Amino acid sequence: MTLAAGCGSGGGEGGGDAAGGGAVTVQAANGAVTIPATPKRIVSLSPTHTETLFAIGAGSQVVAVDEYSDHPANAPKTKLSGFKPNAEAIIGHKPDLVVLSDDMNGIVKALEKVKVPVLLEPSAAKLDDAYDEIMDLGTATGHAEQARKLTDDMRARIQRTVAASSKGKGLTYYHELDNQLHTVTSSTFIGQVYGLFGLQNIADKAEKASGGYPQLSREFLVKSDPDLVFLADTKCCAQNAAAVAARPGWQNLTAVKKDGVIELDDDLASRWGPRLPEFVQAIGDAVQKAPAAQ
Amino acid sequence: MRPLPLAAALALLAATSAAGLLIGAADLPAGAVLTAMLDRLPFVELHSGLSAIERNVLFELRLPRVLMAALVGGMLAMAGAGYQGVFRNPLADPYLLGAAAGAGVGATLVIVVTPGDPTYTVPLAAFAGALGGVLLAYALGSMAGSGGGSGAAVLVLAGVAVSSFLAAVQTFVQQARTDELQQIYAWILGGVGSADWRQLAMVAPYALVSTVVLLLHGRLLDVLAVGDEEASSLGLSATRVRLVVLVTASLATACAVAVSGLIGFVGIVVPHVVRRLAGGSYRIVLPLSLLGGAAFLGLADLAARSVVAPGELPLGVVTAFVGGPFFVAVLRATRRQVDP
Repeated sequence: MTLAAGCGSGGGEGGGDAAGGGAVTVQAANGAVTIPATPKRIVSLSPTHTETLFAIGAGSQVVAVDEYSDHPANAPKTKLSGFKPNAEAIIGHKPDLVVLSDDMNGIVKALEKVKVPVLLEPSAAKLDDAYDEIMDLGTATGHAEQARKLTDDMRARIQRTVAASSKGKGLTYYHELDNQLHTVTSSTFIGQVYGLFGLQNIADKAEKASGGYPQLSREFLVKSDPDLVFLADTKCCAQNAAAVAARPGWQNLTAVKKDGVIELDDDLASRWGPRLPEFVQAIGDAVQKAPAAQ
Repeated sequence: MRPLPLAAALALLAATSAAGLLIGAADLPAGAVLTAMLDRLPFVELHSGLSAIERNVLFELRLPRVLMAALVGGMLAMAGAGYQGVFRNPLADPYLLGAAAGAGVGATLVIVVTPGDPTYTVPLAAFAGALGGVLLAYALGSMAGSGGGSGAAVLVLAGVAVSSFLAAVQTFVQQARTDELQQIYAWILGGVGSADWRQLAMVAPYALVSTVVLLLHGRLLDVLAVGDEEASSLGLSATRVRLVVLVTASLATACAVAVSGLIGFVGIVVPHVVRRLAGGSYRIVLPLSLLGGAAFLGLADLAARSVVAPGELPLGVVTAFVGGPFFVAVLRATRRQVDP
């Protein structure tokens, strides 16, 4: 260990396949970012990117993550916030790379002023964005090879899941973000994942008026009678199949009567990182189990 | 009481309620809705042709929603009229005395603290918070104003101070818990989209009590409007009338806020329209505000759920769209009247 750390700064092999030392330039949402040397003190303000960093073997370089980065369990969680980022608190961790998904409160500018390299990798809009961001993180941290392996593996697992489920059953679905009936349309990242299975989103009719994350009218939802209801609010709002069945007017819904209410892990269904195949698997299992629409 | 304006207000409420029942995101056939409604009457056997799901939409979602919009609108407008009578100030409204801010703190705390589904605990907390906010404002007001006679003005200032303080508390709690931000935000914008029979049953008794008490105080508010000295020369305790109306109007506000979140401007817009159309006597302003507020919010909710259907707009946004410009107009008009 001491040996590796000793030569890391010298410019040799840092450990593993880390390219060690050489400057790299990554094209992020905040422009071309040059990282002068393999970072040793990474701060991540995004739960998704924290997962990615650990999955590509850069975990030992991560010194601090934000309060919501709860995966993996050994991530160095701090009080840092990605929603109300505080430049001084971040700099206090002496980072040589900061990774975030939202530029809140002008944090990117503030960090660039003090010459800390910042990678802004925003929420993915499509699957390829998610893979690109993982590759960016790999390049920036000296783990390009592991990042390549991870994305190849993700692609393969997702393809396998999709191929295994009988596509195009014409099933309709509703993906619940909270119990105020906020949901996603097919144009969002989450919606595209469902689209892989040929599922039809009942919220798409609301797209034009309310954008990708509309709040649905309860009566529209009940009248639409989706075949599958995916709950991505089991943690935030304590929703589950029983709670859904007890909602006024929901007792006769197809999804409720035919076991079509799927309790998801909120985090799996909102992060575009390495655990994406698990989210896809949860959808695939539900599609497999569901009776075909007439 | 003059029967004509009352009949007109009732007709308006009936029309908006009917529209609320017939129009909706679920697109039920109007004829079937009517037959299904009639079918609910005793000894009537009709077949509406609605499916089980469609009947659920009508009776478990749409009907309680229409009733809730009417109840909330009626309570807010009637409470607004009551406050305006107490303070002899046309700009007083339910949100003046810390009721709404108190309800906001109560709801926010519960959303943050309760681990489970807060659908039914939020109303209770909002209710407690609303009453707490008003009591705090009232206590501060009487403490500060114990020496002088300008009780009403001091009370309004105390209400503003309490409101700002409680709003700060709420923001502080919100900032600490970004997880629940979305839920708190939805509640602050207000709406009756999640109305159900249980919520209605929960607040209806309080709404009934405050309606009866406030309507009975219309004549006394008219006397009060002439002046405190005239009132006491008629053997009326101005302080007692103020206190009763204040507490009752706060109860009405709490009912509304507890189930609907924060919906602004109803309490100020409706009593003003009523006064312009039917005169300033509280014996007519109070009942007409009740009916007019019910009709206004029914219409606003219809807009909230049809403008972007099948999505929804927050109801507080719709009322603020109408209420904001109106408020400024009233401000200009009344300044001309009041200024010496």
